[in-house]
Amino acid sequence: MNLSSVVDNLISDTLGSSLPLFCPELALCATIVLLLFVRIFRSGSAIPPFLLALGGAVAALWLALPQEGLASWTAIEPQEIFTKLLVYDSLSAYIRVFLLGFAVLFIVLSHLTGIADREDGQDYFVLVLGATLGMCIMASANHMLTIFLGIEMASVPSYVLAGIVKGRSRSSEAALKYAIYGAGAAGVMLYGISLLCGVLGSAHLPTMARELAALDIPNMIASGGDKRTLMVLALGGLMMGAGLAFKLSAVPFHFWCPDVFEGASAEVDAFLSVASKAAALALLLRVGFGLGHVPEDPQSIVADARAPVALAAVTTTSEPTLFQKQVVQVEVGEASGSPLSPVRRFFVILVAIISVVTCTFGNLAAYGQTNIKRMLAYSTIAHAGYMMMAVAAAVALIDGRGEQSQAAISALLLYLAVYLFMNLGAFAIIAFLRNSMQSEEIKDYAGLIRTCPMTAVMMTAVLVSLIGLPPLAGFWPKLRVLQSLYLAGGPLMMVLLVVAAVNTVISLIYYLRVAKTMCIDKPPDSRGPVTLGFLPAAYVFAVTLPVLLLGILPEECAKWADEAARHLFG
Amino acid sequence: MTLSEPAVYLSLIVFLPAIAALVLAIFPRLNDDALKLTTLAITIAVLVLSLGLFRQGAGIDFQAGVAEMQNTFNLEWIPSFGIQYFMGIDGISFPLVILTAFLSVLAMAASWPITKHVKAYCILFLLLETGMLGVFLALDFFLFYVLWEVMLLPMYFLIGVWGGPRREYAAIKFFLYTLLGSIGMLIAILMLYFNSDLTRLDAEQMVNAGIVKTTPGQSVEDALQAWTDSGSPLANDYADITAESDLAKRRPLHTFNILALQQMGQMENSPFDKEMWAGKSVQWWAFILLFIGFVIKVPSVPLHTWLPDAHVEAPTPISMILAGVLLKMGGYGIIRICYPICPDAAYDLAYCVCFVGVLSMVWGAFAALAQTDFKRMVAYSSVSHMGYVVLGLGVWSAVADTGYSPYYWQMGVNGAMFQMIAHGISSAGMFFLVGVVYDRVHHRNLNEYGGLFAKMPVYSGLAVGIFFAGLGLPGLCGFVGEVLVVLAVWRYSIVLAVISAAVVILTAGYILWAIQRVYLGAEYTGPHGENLTPITMRELLIAAPLLVLAIVLGVYPPSLLNYMQPSVDRQVERLAEWTERNHPPGTEGQALNDEGGHMAATRSD
Repeated sequence: MNLSSVVDNLISDTLGSSLPLFCPELALCATIVLLLFVRIFRSGSAIPPFLLALGGAVAALWLALPQEGLASWTAIEPQEIFTKLLVYDSLSAYIRVFLLGFAVLFIVLSHLTGIADREDGQDYFVLVLGATLGMCIMASANHMLTIFLGIEMASVPSYVLAGIVKGRSRSSEAALKYAIYGAGAAGVMLYGISLLCGVLGSAHLPTMARELAALDIPNMIASGGDKRTLMVLALGGLMMGAGLAFKLSAVPFHFWCPDVFEGASAEVDAFLSVASKAAALALLLRVGFGLGHVPEDPQSIVADARAPVALAAVTTTSEPTLFQKQVVQVEVGEASGSPLSPVRRFFVILVAIISVVTCTFGNLAAYGQTNIKRMLAYSTIAHAGYMMMAVAAAVALIDGRGEQSQAAISALLLYLAVYLFMNLGAFAIIAFLRNSMQSEEIKDYAGLIRTCPMTAVMMTAVLVSLIGLPPLAGFWPKLRVLQSLYLAGGPLMMVLLVVAAVNTVISLIYYLRVAKTMCIDKPPDSRGPVTLGFLPAAYVFAVTLPVLLLGILPEECAKWADEAARHLFG
Repeated sequence: MTLSEPAVYLSLIVFLPAIAALVLAIFPRLNDDALKLTTLAITIAVLVLSLGLFRQGAGIDFQAGVAEMQNTFNLEWIPSFGIQYFMGIDGISFPLVILTAFLSVLAMAASWPITKHVKAYCILFLLLETGMLGVFLALDFFLFYVLWEVMLLPMYFLIGVWGGPRREYAAIKFFLYTLLGSIGMLIAILMLYFNSDLTRLDAEQMVNAGIVKTTPGQSVEDALQAWTDSGSPLANDYADITAESDLAKRRPLHTFNILALQQMGQMENSPFDKEMWAGKSVQWWAFILLFIGFVIKVPSVPLHTWLPDAHVEAPTPISMILAGVLLKMGGYGIIRICYPICPDAAYDLAYCVCFVGVLSMVWGAFAALAQTDFKRMVAYSSVSHMGYVVLGLGVWSAVADTGYSPYYWQMGVNGAMFQMIAHGISSAGMFFLVGVVYDRVHHRNLNEYGGLFAKMPVYSGLAVGIFFAGLGLPGLCGFVGEVLVVLAVWRYSIVLAVISAAVVILTAGYILWAIQRVYLGAEYTGPHGENLTPITMRELLIAAPLLVLAIVLGVYPPSLLNYMQPSVDRQVERLAEWTERNHPPGTEGQALNDEGGHMAATRSD
């Protein structure tokens, strides 16, 4: 193969198949460039950056929507694009619609709260759109390079966003803390990636999975062979996990989260808690499935038949015949002793333990908080724990129970969708209240129901939904997660189930305390009138209404999530 | 879409208050009295609708003497999760629905002294009513669960905003206890759901479970075939799965349908008999979780401690609802869900259930004796009286020794059901009457009362009547339930029967002592004596119907039993038949102390 044919292949791959599927991201790129360039021209600065950013985000969302309506995720054929750096399947499509939809709502929120004023607007929106772009790449990463690239593209703008409020020392402190912590985590993760890639000889996830399968770890453990390889693999996995856990704000890599949330503005908190978390969870799913599961691609089995051969060589002393190969291949696919099961077990146990600790710690630490943003920071930590449980269940189930594994993924996707409205609603209310009464302390919310009843009722609905009580939307994803844990079975998953259930009860108290402060306590005499204004009130109403509606009629949303999860990783 | 369709009629009963609450929330400001009147009108409308079920021969009615579920309807709610909008009435739920609608009217009428944030109060009250009615009508386990939880938040705020001095503590305690119970219930629901299999029901059972509708003259097989071809999501799934002829390869079709789960729980080789953990079956663990969830609501000792706090702090009308309706949900859950779905576990644990009942009776009675707060005393009397309900439900006397005769157990369950209604009437009345004097003198200290008979004669007459009904005086409603339960227990365990009969003495003790301290005596010497005015017309109109009902039910119990008994008897008969099949004579010893389970448990140690 000479150079020109390589170039030709590359061009046809890029232009023919990759770029059309990359349109939403391209639209984001174009908007970013436009936002930066428009300032150069004197007449350009007259255009409000808000409109440009909104236009760009809406265009990107429009391009990201599946052509035959939201229920047609199933029609998406998984394919690897950009020379297998990214993968385009229903999961990446769903997360992309989710992220871009959130971006649209978020840009409107930023405009309404006035955080992105005319002077700073370009910078702010460029950062938001840039981070969104990085998150889209995270969600569709198929290669260690794009995983790292996506994480950094999403993180660096987030560091700046955390410090966007100029002249506030808390904000700058938050940004610095976030940046240093993030840089450390990224370094550790990169080292982990390099270890993994070094042992496996590739950075392409499916190839790495095949190489892992070829290593035949069960046999390696059984025969007590090469311990060093195992050590390096485990170390690489742990280090990579540290980077992911940082993005997820999972315990013990959560220390940045409360400080950043308290220091950054409420709008940015909404962005970090919803978009960043969704992308990180999608990435966790990608890594779990990418390394723990060999895709059933007929070509790859033919091309890489070493694994079954190796297994066959162990089971039979004679030369493997074609028939034996087939038999062994069936076993590889179905038996629990398949070569990748230790990888999966490692991943599942790791995620399960971290999720239990994260969930419990988040809920317990939220008790003592007096600042609402700090409290919600711990609440997002706890919710990350619940969502990671779904990932653990999904990966645990992939071996031979694909349909139930997809149910677990669908639980995660539904969780994300509902979580968007809950957290965006909560942080929007906090931001508008901050504008109106210059406080983010829980005690200052006392008696808000007297002065702005609708806001207080909506906030109560959001908080109760965060607890996960029916008939509010937050209940259904929690139920789905519990269901998938039950289906996954086994002692570990039962522990997760009980922990998740008990945590729901624990979380009741601190969420309800805020609702109580707003609805039962007497308003302080010193506080002036608290008003939101018509547009902010309408925004809050529009964002929190789905929390009520999805609680009563979750069918449509559940169906989208189901459709998006079907045929994934089959 | 006419009123004679069950789907419309029953939905209207359940959701009319919720819709009204929504309208009130959106509606511009009304003055307080108009708000209260509107809410009262809504509760009356719901009562009229539910009384409309008595009208025989109308488009929709409740036929007395029919044991099976009536007026069922079954619509898709969330097909992705297999959850249906499935409701119906039978003799067990019908009296409770009427009681709920009736007490809601009275409680709303008793809400007139509420002057703080009236609009919010009315909205929450109406939402609460929707939850209560829905729980009794829901036949889909999930719908039941959702409606069960719907009540929590309004109740929390009703206690927390309008309650007494320690209201916030009481409200969160109530919330925490119930949530803990309902989370366990949720896990039990999932356990039962994932072990259920609709394809194991035959055509007749499918009809009985309310899934397949028959038209007159149609055989059940034809009806099942017609349903399978009907194209609804559930029917399609069913058709897909049953098309697979190899039974071993069939995947199960899970369901939340309570009636179907009951059939599965009682069938041969029940899918819930699978061993789950520590040598115990799925249904054993499910029973434990469900029973704890329901018994918290009942409430039984030792999970009763939320109740005295909640009752004392709640405003009078909410105490009426709490005692009159909410406690009944626990009993209803046990009779509708625990026993029929998990008979094997219930059989093993029957003595524990009875013991919990008796313990609550004794504990509650002694605690009531010790109280000096009038309302707290009434609250503990509720714990004691609801103990009869648990005891009556638990007396599994249909065993080999009695020739599997369901007779005494039927008596016990009927007694328990009767006691639920009777307690709903008498305890709501007692809480209201305590509220009446509290509104006047603003204290509830039993030792500072006395001599109310002289100042408020009509009130005191009503009060003595209703307190006697609570005591269980023959001729009043409390007597019937208690005597049926105690008689039934005699056949089951003489020790428990003797103790439960002796509790009557304690009950008489605390109630008579309270009457003596409050109503008798020469003169009222406590604070605010000048405010002791005779009761108003509004108060009379609330208390009098309760006393009348207490007398009617006491003198002529069949007025309630006629509606209730067929369903109760039928359910008990089925469980007795189940016992005969699964615990034939001679296997008793093995069944009672399940050696296998113990062995497995010790081995794992």
